[in-house]
Amino acid sequence: MAEVKLNSLRIQITDGALIPDKGNKTVRASWKIALFGALGLLVFLPLYNMAPVQDFVLSLWAGLFPSPETNARLAEIHSGKYTNIWVDILLYLPDGLSVTFEVTLSSILLATLFGLAAGLGQISRVVLFNRIATVYVEVIRGIPLLVQIFYIYFALGNIFHLDGFFAAVLSMSFCYGAYMGEIFRAGIQAVPRGQMEAALALGLSRSQAIARIILPQTVKIILPAIGNEFIALLKDSSMVSVMALVDLLRLAKNYGSNHGDYFPPLTVVALVYLVMTLILSWLVAVMEERLNNNAR
Amino acid sequence: MPDRIRIEGATKNFGELKALNNVSMSVKAGETVVVIGPSGSGKSTLLRAVNRLEVLTEGDIWVDEDHVTHHGSDIRKIREEVGMVFQNFNLFPHLTVLQNVTLSPITVKKIPRAQAEARGMELLVRVGLSEKRDAWPEQLSGGQKQRVAIARALAMDPKVLLFDEPTSALDPEMVKEVLDVMLALAKEGMTMMVVTHEMGFAKAAADRVIFMDQGEIIESGTPKELFDHPKNERTAKFLAHIL
Repeated sequence: MAEVKLNSLRIQITDGALIPDKGNKTVRASWKIALFGALGLLVFLPLYNMAPVQDFVLSLWAGLFPSPETNARLAEIHSGKYTNIWVDILLYLPDGLSVTFEVTLSSILLATLFGLAAGLGQISRVVLFNRIATVYVEVIRGIPLLVQIFYIYFALGNIFHLDGFFAAVLSMSFCYGAYMGEIFRAGIQAVPRGQMEAALALGLSRSQAIARIILPQTVKIILPAIGNEFIALLKDSSMVSVMALVDLLRLAKNYGSNHGDYFPPLTVVALVYLVMTLILSWLVAVMEERLNNNAR
Repeated sequence: MPDRIRIEGATKNFGELKALNNVSMSVKAGETVVVIGPSGSGKSTLLRAVNRLEVLTEGDIWVDEDHVTHHGSDIRKIREEVGMVFQNFNLFPHLTVLQNVTLSPITVKKIPRAQAEARGMELLVRVGLSEKRDAWPEQLSGGQKQRVAIARALAMDPKVLLFDEPTSALDPEMVKEVLDVMLALAKEGMTMMVVTHEMGFAKAAADRVIFMDQGEIIESGTPKELFDHPKNERTAKFLAHIL
C-alpha cells in the first residue's frame, strides 16, 4: 500500500558528516578508518612524547645524526624540565569541551523552537506569520554564521551588553533556527495530504490537526535531519571562539599562544572534533535505522 | 422524508476545467445514494464538497438546516455530523486502532476517555475488529484498515456518511468484507452517499443511483431502472463498459 511507503519517507540534508548506514559499505569503511585513525593518534601522540620514549628515540637519533639541536632536547629531558605537551593539553581539554557542549546543547534546543515556529509560520495561512517566517528564513540563510556571530556579539552586544555565552547561544540558534525551519516545513509537507483531510473531516480544527496528527508524524520524518543539524551545529560552535568564550578551539588557540607552539593543541582539538562528529553520525545512523524498521 | 443533503447548482472550476457544472441533487434521511461515473466525471469532487473539503465555485449545499457552503457557518460543527471514509483509508499511523477511533470523540466532542473507549470498542466489534484494538494501522490489511476507518467515522455518531471510492484501493479479496459492513449500515437506515465502481453494491444497497459524466448528472433512478433500462445513451455506454 502507498501508505507504507510514505511512512518510510525521510529527508536527507547532508551538511553534517556522512552517515555510516549499513547499506553503504564505502562510507562505513571510511568512517571506521577515520574514527580509529583519530583515536589511534590521540593515544599514540601523548605516548610517543613521554619523557622515557623521547629519551630513547632522541638518543638513537643523536647516535645516527649527531646535531646540537638533538643534544639540546636530550639535555632538557635529562634536566627533568621536560613537559609532555600532548598530555598537558588533554588535561586542559575538559574545560573547553564542556563549554562547546553547553553552547551546542542550548543552541540546538533553542534552534528547534525557532525552527518549529518558522516551519509552522511558513505553512501558516495567516499572511503576517507567513511573511515573518519566510523572510526570517531567507534573510538568515543569506548571511554567513560568522558574520551573525560578530554582529550579535560585537555590534548588538555593545549596545545591549550581552554576556558571551548568551550571545553565542542566541546567534547560533537564530541561525540554525532558519535551517531547522526549512526542515520542519519540508517535514510537515511530507505528511500525506489525506492525513489533514481525515482530521478535518472528523471535525478537528486545523491547529488541532497539526498538533495531534501532523506534527507527531513530522517528528519521525525529520529526526535524522535534526540529528544532522546537531552535528553541523557542534562543528560550527567552534566559531563562537571569536567571542570571549573559551570553547575547544579558543582553548587550543590560547594554549598555543602561551606555549609558542600551535601544532600540538590544534592537532588534538581537530582530532577531538572529528571523533565527536563521527560518533554522533553513527548515532544518527542507528536512530535512522530504528525508525525505518519501526515506522511508528 | 426530509432531505438530509441538498445540493443546488453546484459548480466547481479548476482553472479552465469545469469539474462540476450546475449539479443539483438530494439525499433523503435514511437513504443510500450511489454515485457512479467514469473517472474525471466530478463525482468525488461533488462528494467532497458536502463536508467542504472541496470549496465550490458556485452553488449551495445544505446538510439538514446547516448551510455548508455559507462562509459564516461553523464548518467544524457540520463535519462532526458528516462522517467520511476515504479511498486511501487515511488512518493515523502513529495511533493505535482504538486511538484512531476515539481521537475525535475525545478531542472534539470532549467525551470522557472511558466512555469514548467503550463506544469505540462497540464499533470495533461491529466491524469485526475488536481483537485489533491495540494494533497499529500498518499491521492491518487494506480491508481491515477500511473497516477501522468506518468505525472511526461512526464514532462521531454522524447523521450522514460519505464514502469516496472506499474499495478502489483494496485487493479484490478484501472488497467484500468492506462492502458487507456498508451494506449492513445501509440496511440499518444510515444516510449514505457513496461514490463507487462496485455495481454489485449499488444493486444491493442503493435506493437511488446517480450517473455522472463530465461534471453533470446524466441520469438518476432506482438501481433497477438505471441498470436494466438506462434512458440515456451515455449511461448505457458506461454500463456496457463496466458491467
